[in-house]
Amino acid sequence: MEKRVTFKGWLLPLCLIAPQVVISAVFFFYPAGQAVWQSLFIPDPFGLSSRFVGLGNFEYLLGDPYYRSAFVTTAIFSTLVTLTAMVPALFLAVLADRLVKSAGVYRTLLIWPYAVAPAVAGVLWLFMFNTRVGVVAWYLGQLGYDWNHVLNEGEAMGLVVVASSWGRISYNFLFFFAALQAVPRSIIEAAAIDGARFWRRFFTIVLPLLSPTTFFLLVVNVVYAFFETFGVIHTITSGGPQQATTILVYKVFSDGFVGQDLGSSAAQSVILLVVVGLLTVVQFKFVEKRVHY
Amino acid sequence: MATVDLDNIKKRFGTTEVIKGVSLSVQDGEFIVIVGPSGCGKSTLLRMVAGLETITEGELRINGVRANDREPMDRDIAMVFQNYALYPHMSVAQNMGYGLKIAGLPKPEIAAKVAEAAKLLQLTDLLDRKPKQLSGGQRQRVAMGRAIVREPSVFLFDEPLSNLDAKLRVQMRLEIRELQSKLGITSLYVTHDQVEAMTMADRMIVMNAGVTEQIGTPLDVYERPETLFAAQFIGSPSMNVIKAEGRDGAFYLGGMVLPNPTGVEGPVMLGLRPEHLVPDPEGPIEMQVLLAEPLGANTLLHGKLATGTGFTASLPGVHRVMSGEGALRLTIEARNMHLFDAETGRRLG
Repeated sequence: MEKRVTFKGWLLPLCLIAPQVVISAVFFFYPAGQAVWQSLFIPDPFGLSSRFVGLGNFEYLLGDPYYRSAFVTTAIFSTLVTLTAMVPALFLAVLADRLVKSAGVYRTLLIWPYAVAPAVAGVLWLFMFNTRVGVVAWYLGQLGYDWNHVLNEGEAMGLVVVASSWGRISYNFLFFFAALQAVPRSIIEAAAIDGARFWRRFFTIVLPLLSPTTFFLLVVNVVYAFFETFGVIHTITSGGPQQATTILVYKVFSDGFVGQDLGSSAAQSVILLVVVGLLTVVQFKFVEKRVHY
Repeated sequence: MATVDLDNIKKRFGTTEVIKGVSLSVQDGEFIVIVGPSGCGKSTLLRMVAGLETITEGELRINGVRANDREPMDRDIAMVFQNYALYPHMSVAQNMGYGLKIAGLPKPEIAAKVAEAAKLLQLTDLLDRKPKQLSGGQRQRVAMGRAIVREPSVFLFDEPLSNLDAKLRVQMRLEIRELQSKLGITSLYVTHDQVEAMTMADRMIVMNAGVTEQIGTPLDVYERPETLFAAQFIGSPSMNVIKAEGRDGAFYLGGMVLPNPTGVEGPVMLGLRPEHLVPDPEGPIEMQVLLAEPLGANTLLHGKLATGTGFTASLPGVHRVMSGEGALRLTIEARNMHLFDAETGRRLG
């Protein structure tokens, strides 16, 4: 049955879509257009004038080893964040799903970290791992491990990954938990009668049934790792040490607003836009094929 | 292949007792139907046998061995669920072979067993399909197939036909019964449908509110219901029950007098099956007909007695009785009258 509504005039439908169009125009099309436009220019050192260079900014970026290493850093960072945010979330959801009593309490407690803003979470982790006053750093010192994420690139990466993933675990947990609750009990029982024990059931029955949720979270978490982790990185490492934690979105910021190279920064954001767009298309095209029902 | 013994099985959820002591001995190869209204505890009882619910009290023995604390997978049972519970991401063949795969059988052997079961259930052409591409009846068959490939000692059925339409239900009823007698596997079958119970059971157990009302063959239960509940639950349309007074070798109900060969005195509940009533101008029962339901082979007449009690008669053939036509006089043979204690609902005589 056709459920579409047909409007007679054009004024009402226009009014109805106007808010969405205006918001998209002001906050997406206009700035994106500006970025594309600016990426074609190089401003002078004082920002008083700019010179048209065509694709010069892009050409320069692709030849820049720092920029290329930022690509690698982003790939490592987003893979780690996605894994660290999703795997423990799934594990916790599985455990919470097994609870009969006080499941609500656990659920509520597990959701709390999501309420903490990324920058605040960053500061929180920074304090815990601060090389001079951090509690965790101190305990690690007691155990004989000299924690110093200010100098050690691997430790810096580890810390921003954990700080970025921490709050996301709650978010992912929520989705996994809901999805687990939606798996029909009788299917699990049928598998139990068929002889599959808990983890066997989990890997052969439950996990495949969760695949729509897993896929959705994969897309959302990758996008999160690409863009929304800016606050965490800015507060904890500011992209250092030695650019070890400079991901693409952080480089857009630091080149543009710290280095004042607006042309290059604009070119980078255009590239980032294309990369994320491609990534999403790839995910939908290839990963979704393996998603059941 | 297997016997199943339930020895005073009880189930409590918190302080609520939902199964109040059920005892039953199932012979090898027997088809037992557990029947009762929804909420009577029949599914819980089956799930306790399956190992999906813990047994609060009492003992369950499969093949004479205590099975209370065994995991479902260690009980050598297979279960068919009401919603079939097929694995949606697996093909029909994978669904049927899952249990064998878990058991670690080599692939060719699994394939052979699945093929054999598929042939038995006419599923051979559907082996590569996913459950969502199947009709209700086909899914039902796959669920059966998944149960039989494992060659269990006991089959458990939890209302397997209630999601099918009426015609398919009749067909599948026959198929299940045929298959079970061919394989000779001990079966417990839960249903709320008394017709399924009557047609399929070797013996049935009528349950109500966690209590066994009666255990017996379908005809036993129909002909000699032990309780008022069993009497009214089994048989369609259900038995008429009238309050009567036994006095001086007769039953008095309102202004009507029925013969009383049993000599029972005092207040009793009198059970008369609609199909045992016979039209007779001299009959002692006078019924005001309000509605006639012609079913072709017989006609159901709904109405009430002079006392105001609702009353139904089922007469063979077509009776063109119009509503408001007035009184219809009926009689019944004394051997078809069921007497129950007015207090306890237990059968008298």
